[in-house]
Amino acid sequence: MSSASEDRGKTRPKITVSDLTMAYGSSVVMQDLDFTINERDIFVIMGGSGSGKSTLLRHLVGLHEHARGTIFYQGTSAGFWEMPPPERERLLRRFGVLYQGGALWSSMTLAENVALPLQEYVQAGAEEISAVSSLKLALVGLAGFEEYYPSEISGGMTKRAGLARAMALDPDVLFFDEPSAGLDPVSSRRLDDLILDLRDSLRATIVVVTHELSSIFAIGDDSVFLDGESKSMIASGNPKQLLAESKDPRVRAFLTRGEETNRG
Amino acid sequence: MKQLDLEYARKPDGTLHVALAGEWKLGRGIPAPQGIIEEMGKSPLPRKVIFETGVLASWDSGLLTFLSSVLSRCTQLGVEVDRQGLPEGVRRLLALASAVPARAGRRGSEPEPVLARVGNAVIAWWIACGDMLAFIGEAFLSLLHLLAGKARFRRSDFLLVVQDCGARSLPIVALINLLVGLILAFVGAIELRRFGAQIYVADLVGIGMLRDIAPIMTGIIVTGRTGASFAAQLGTMEANQEIDALRTLGIPPMDFLVLPRLLALSLMMPLLCLYADLMGIAGGLVVGGSMLGISPVQYLLETKHAIRLNDLFLGLFMSAVFGVLVALAGCLRGVRSGRSASAVGEATTSAVVTGIVSIVVATAIITGIAYVLGI
Repeated sequence: MSSASEDRGKTRPKITVSDLTMAYGSSVVMQDLDFTINERDIFVIMGGSGSGKSTLLRHLVGLHEHARGTIFYQGTSAGFWEMPPPERERLLRRFGVLYQGGALWSSMTLAENVALPLQEYVQAGAEEISAVSSLKLALVGLAGFEEYYPSEISGGMTKRAGLARAMALDPDVLFFDEPSAGLDPVSSRRLDDLILDLRDSLRATIVVVTHELSSIFAIGDDSVFLDGESKSMIASGNPKQLLAESKDPRVRAFLTRGEETNRG
Repeated sequence: MKQLDLEYARKPDGTLHVALAGEWKLGRGIPAPQGIIEEMGKSPLPRKVIFETGVLASWDSGLLTFLSSVLSRCTQLGVEVDRQGLPEGVRRLLALASAVPARAGRRGSEPEPVLARVGNAVIAWWIACGDMLAFIGEAFLSLLHLLAGKARFRRSDFLLVVQDCGARSLPIVALINLLVGLILAFVGAIELRRFGAQIYVADLVGIGMLRDIAPIMTGIIVTGRTGASFAAQLGTMEANQEIDALRTLGIPPMDFLVLPRLLALSLMMPLLCLYADLMGIAGGLVVGGSMLGISPVQYLLETKHAIRLNDLFLGLFMSAVFGVLVALAGCLRGVRSGRSASAVGEATTSAVVTGIVSIVVATAIITGIAYVLGI
């Protein structure tokens, strides 16, 4: 798999997060977050379990309002929560989100799952929509599974079907919450390849929450490292570079699976 | 807005040139691929299909679906395709889409013959009946466990269920039964007033509430409130594999989950029913006192005169039976639920339906027996 970073040309910021504080009620989850997600990058949000990675993702996709700061999306008139609601809705349509468990609607077949966003937002005939949903399923290797229900397929297939649904509206930004969690190494590798392929062919920006080291190094162009204890980000940059250059013992311990701290 | 444009023409060298221009996006009226597919099928077959997309402004899945149907037709006809003219992203996506062959044996949409459907329904019903009996049997066995002092459930779980189906049900039970008492008194008063016998409203309300109406109303409330919640709780536990986790630890879910609910509800139902009796009589009292000119003391004395202890016990017995039925229905549907959100919804619906039907059937049977025995 060739890295597409050379042919992407100059990078433009797609999402800019500044001075972000996330909180549930009065308990602060994470504060002082400042980072930029560049267009057509695969941006990895990493950190230990319970460090607030998924919470950050929920903030980025607009499921939670932040306590302080701004999240600014390229091409919009204001920060996410400051823009007028109709504009926010239009922005949300440009997102595709793959949730941890796939989050397929269990009462619908796979084809119906993919078709629903299309039916809601695209002016197209039923035949065209069913052709598009079949195509999306084929893209994730699920051709021929159109009439299956989510309960009839395996966990890995559920994730891929969730991905097909996330791609239904040809989004600008794809968000993945722990895409490889619960998958065998081969499926997880295949999913990584698929993510790379999709970034290059869909020309989308991809944000991935993960703590799988192999995925982080295989796909990450840029990253932010969240630390649960200090409740803030303690590193950012290309994961491989972080491994080579970071001096922070917490980052080093994470990226080397704790081997360096054990030795030291 | 740029119009999308499709042109195709055969060249003298036997190739078919397909030129795409404009915005090939969903919802912009992408042409059906039939025209070009027909053109390809005309003999002699084209030697090669060549795409030209030099002036293609933008594209999305719409272009991909168009191309994939054209390409699959090319594969069928054995016509060579030159994809070099397509944008790189499109080439990659098309390759990705055809990387994994379609699963053979797609779901057929042929409907089953009527006879087969009827047969399947009967078999499913027969199996469900057997399943229900097995469940009741298991519940009985685990009750024996309890009597032998070997049941395994946590006291705190039991007390929580008691609190939820007992104390927390009081407001709704009070409201409904008070209103039913009122209604009953009004309905009775209309007729009895014509004979100057409005004092007998107390008899009507007292006997009616105690024997039948309070237990039935309470049973129905509890079905909707507690039975549904049992089904949803256990159904979600089944969906989350929590019940499997109990089984693999060797803890029978029947003992751990069903028994405390069954006990709690069958203990609480008579108490709720007793409370409902009082509320119903209070409702009658309100109507008697305010509309019919009966003093509260008179009303209560008449009620005391009219009702027998047997009426009370019959009602309480019925409510205990309802408690067992509702708990069994809720737990059965919950434990046998499928593993999806919609399956849990179905389990809850069917718990309520089963609960209400069994309450009504049980009332009919018990009332019949009571009549024969002269209770």
